[in-house]
Amino acid sequence: MEEKLALFKNRKRFGIEKNIDIIFKNTALVLSSFVAIILLGIVLVVFFQSFESFSRYGLKFLVTSEWNPVKDEYGAFTAIYGTLITSFLSLLITIPLGVGTAIFITEDFVPKVFREIIGSFVELLAAIPSVVLGLWAIFVMEPFFRASFVFLHNFFGWVPLFSTEPTGRNSLLAILILVVMLLPIVTSIARDSLNQVPKKLRNASYGIGASRWKTIFSVILPAALSGIMAGVLLALGRAMGETMAVTMIIGNSNAFSWSLLSPGYTISSMLANQFGEADGSQVSSLFYAAFVLMILSLVVNIFAQWLVKKFSLKY
Amino acid sequence: MIKNTKKAQKNNILSLEDVSISYGKFEAVKNIFCNFKKGDITSLIGPSGCGKSTVLRSLNRMNDLIPNCSLKGTVLFDGTNIYDKRVDPVEVRRRIGMVFQQPNPFPKSIYENIAFGARINGYVGDMDDLVELSLKKAALWSECKDKLNDSGYSLSGGQQQRLCIARTIAIEPEIILMDEPCSALDPISTLKIEETMHELKKNYTIIIVTHNMQQALRVSDMTAFFNAIEYEDGDGGKVGYLAEFNSTKKIFSSPKEKTTQEYISGKFG
Amino acid sequence: MNSLFYQKNSSRNIGDKVFTSLSLICVVIAILPLIFLVTYILIKGGAQITPELFTLEPNPPGDDLDAGGINPALIGTLIITTIASIIAIPVGVGGGIYLAEYSKGGPFSRFIRFGVNVLAGVPSIIAGVFIYALIVSTKILFGSMYSGLAGGMALSILMLPTVIKTTDEGLKLVPNELRYASLGVGASMYTTILKITLPSAFRSIATGVVLGIARAAGETAPLIFTALFSYYYITGFGDLFYEMGSLAVLIYNFALEPYDAQNKLAWAASFILVLSILSVNIFSRILAAFTEKTKRV
Repeated sequence: MEEKLALFKNRKRFGIEKNIDIIFKNTALVLSSFVAIILLGIVLVVFFQSFESFSRYGLKFLVTSEWNPVKDEYGAFTAIYGTLITSFLSLLITIPLGVGTAIFITEDFVPKVFREIIGSFVELLAAIPSVVLGLWAIFVMEPFFRASFVFLHNFFGWVPLFSTEPTGRNSLLAILILVVMLLPIVTSIARDSLNQVPKKLRNASYGIGASRWKTIFSVILPAALSGIMAGVLLALGRAMGETMAVTMIIGNSNAFSWSLLSPGYTISSMLANQFGEADGSQVSSLFYAAFVLMILSLVVNIFAQWLVKKFSLKY
Repeated sequence: MIKNTKKAQKNNILSLEDVSISYGKFEAVKNIFCNFKKGDITSLIGPSGCGKSTVLRSLNRMNDLIPNCSLKGTVLFDGTNIYDKRVDPVEVRRRIGMVFQQPNPFPKSIYENIAFGARINGYVGDMDDLVELSLKKAALWSECKDKLNDSGYSLSGGQQQRLCIARTIAIEPEIILMDEPCSALDPISTLKIEETMHELKKNYTIIIVTHNMQQALRVSDMTAFFNAIEYEDGDGGKVGYLAEFNSTKKIFSSPKEKTTQEYISGKFG
Repeated sequence: MNSLFYQKNSSRNIGDKVFTSLSLICVVIAILPLIFLVTYILIKGGAQITPELFTLEPNPPGDDLDAGGINPALIGTLIITTIASIIAIPVGVGGGIYLAEYSKGGPFSRFIRFGVNVLAGVPSIIAGVFIYALIVSTKILFGSMYSGLAGGMALSILMLPTVIKTTDEGLKLVPNELRYASLGVGASMYTTILKITLPSAFRSIATGVVLGIARAAGETAPLIFTALFSYYYITGFGDLFYEMGSLAVLIYNFALEPYDAQNKLAWAASFILVLSILSVNIFSRILAAFTEKTKRV
């Protein structure tokens, strides 16, 4: 029996081949673990680098707006507020536009060729680097909207959001450029979710005499809702982390203001602006801000993944 | 070929001793005892879900590739338990070849389809000869000798399946397992494959899973009838077992078990 | 009596019309800025293209009218993206192989797939911050601080999830029958993967990887404090360890300069960047559509 077993092992597959097999598998295993290592590395590095600032300012860092390297006083409220307000408001504009577009290209209003052209055009735009969008925002969008911002201020100046005189770059422009960036994401995910709604649901609704939009609103959209929600959350994560276009157009001012027509700050634009030249406890404070940004986007992303998972179980 | 002595002819080449196979927590087949004789064609028949394909795949450790699949008991091949920890499953598959339900040629030329397996098995002889010989054994040579460089997918379904058989023969296994090899084919291709099997019988031991009782009757020497019963705790799940194992003649003419009789006469399945 | 004829004025039909028009308006609002954007970049940037652009160094911003060219940034983008690919492709393809071929649906693969999605959602500037802390500030690379190498590493973190995902998904599309066929004739796992499954999935993996590279080429945030920027020609291997320019950072820096000459250079760089990224995208789309049609099922 022992002898036969030995014969078995040596018949054709030599030891070296077997070892290659094992090495190959373990190499692949190690390489796939890299993802976890990098992720963990990022969290740990950013956390430990921010530790000095964290222990000095604690949670006060999150709610104060002082950012003064000379006096060594740091608080990231303006940037955090800017991150949240720009991403939420841009999403608020993007959702109806994106979902509306997605509905248009999943229904048969126009021939399929046109819908596919619109669809792939929107997707192609997701490939445009954000720094190019920033350039465009500076030289095209800002002059284009200047007059309407003045108008906005003159007529709605009593609303806190429009209470300051517009002077060039500001948060509202950042929101608008974010809309341009997020549209492709929301549209393509919404389109995929709508396409995944089983045909039989639509037929069932048409079969009992519902009109097209009645069907869309009461059958198709609800069925696609969690998929669309997940897409929206992914877009939210992207908006919060987006750096270049926002940095170039938001005006980069740490002075807090409720008004969208005044220059603002986001965490990522603060990092982009200051990281290269910072030293001392300013670096640690910037890491602290980066940590906040990371946690925000992690939470949003994990929640989005959870939704996707829940969604995929449904059908 | 090594099939020489009369004694070897009657030897058991493969034995299952108290084999139970589970997918995760669910037992698929239970307590199988079964001996396959060298040089025989053995059919595994039975209703869907009785675990006959599972048993077949366990014979050359293809079940290893299915997550959660585990086996208890002993599968003796050539005196060695192939589920012994020291056994290399790749080695087992080199000596026990398999033909699958769906024809699955590699996306390569007809020639390469056969040469691939031989090459990785360390074949050092003349490859052209081997390709020709294997295709001849699989009764495919005359149909494809002029297009050996065409893709394996350019063949018809039946031809693809015979290509897969040729590919398996080329590595000179001792046993060929066939998992419903004709279920995706038309009757004419099926007959051709059956003819091929009769040819192969001279040199190989064949174990075939089939849904087609006529086929089992036509090709096999021995037949194993598998059945499934509901779990004792009765939540509707079923576990397969070997109900009857005998010569094909006996199974089809005078089965011992009532269920075998009922299955063969088409009362269920 | 209820007529079966179409009634223009029924509230239902009016409602349907209103919503149809609204969705059309959405499309127009969504598409218009995008069209403007692309045409503007192509026209404004295209107008700046001259042969010197590709050969000269940029001049430091100042009052002189001539801004020079973008040669160092162009070469820098190529180098940094290549470094990123050299790191991310083997790691990503290897990791994808493990997920798709070895660990299938097990808890480890679920954990790593989750990690891949999370890593894909990490803001790109965080990747820069991470490499800054790990490589730049520690001077761990032979004492150099800002360098093209560090920039490439930061970009590789962004490419990694894309590469793993496309490999994983590409391999998952390969039918199991093919694997069984290979293993059934006694092939080792690695032979099966290298000779059968990877070649079958090659095209879809390659497409995904190329798109990932194209996307990384336009990333700016991870570079602004890892590779920084340089005005000077890249002359030798040693330059990898010094500040390195890139098209993306050039656009960022020069867009914010008050001088028209530099702004124009930014437009020219945008033109080149957008044109190459879009053509890679369009080309791979056409290729994918083409193979979809010719593929045997």
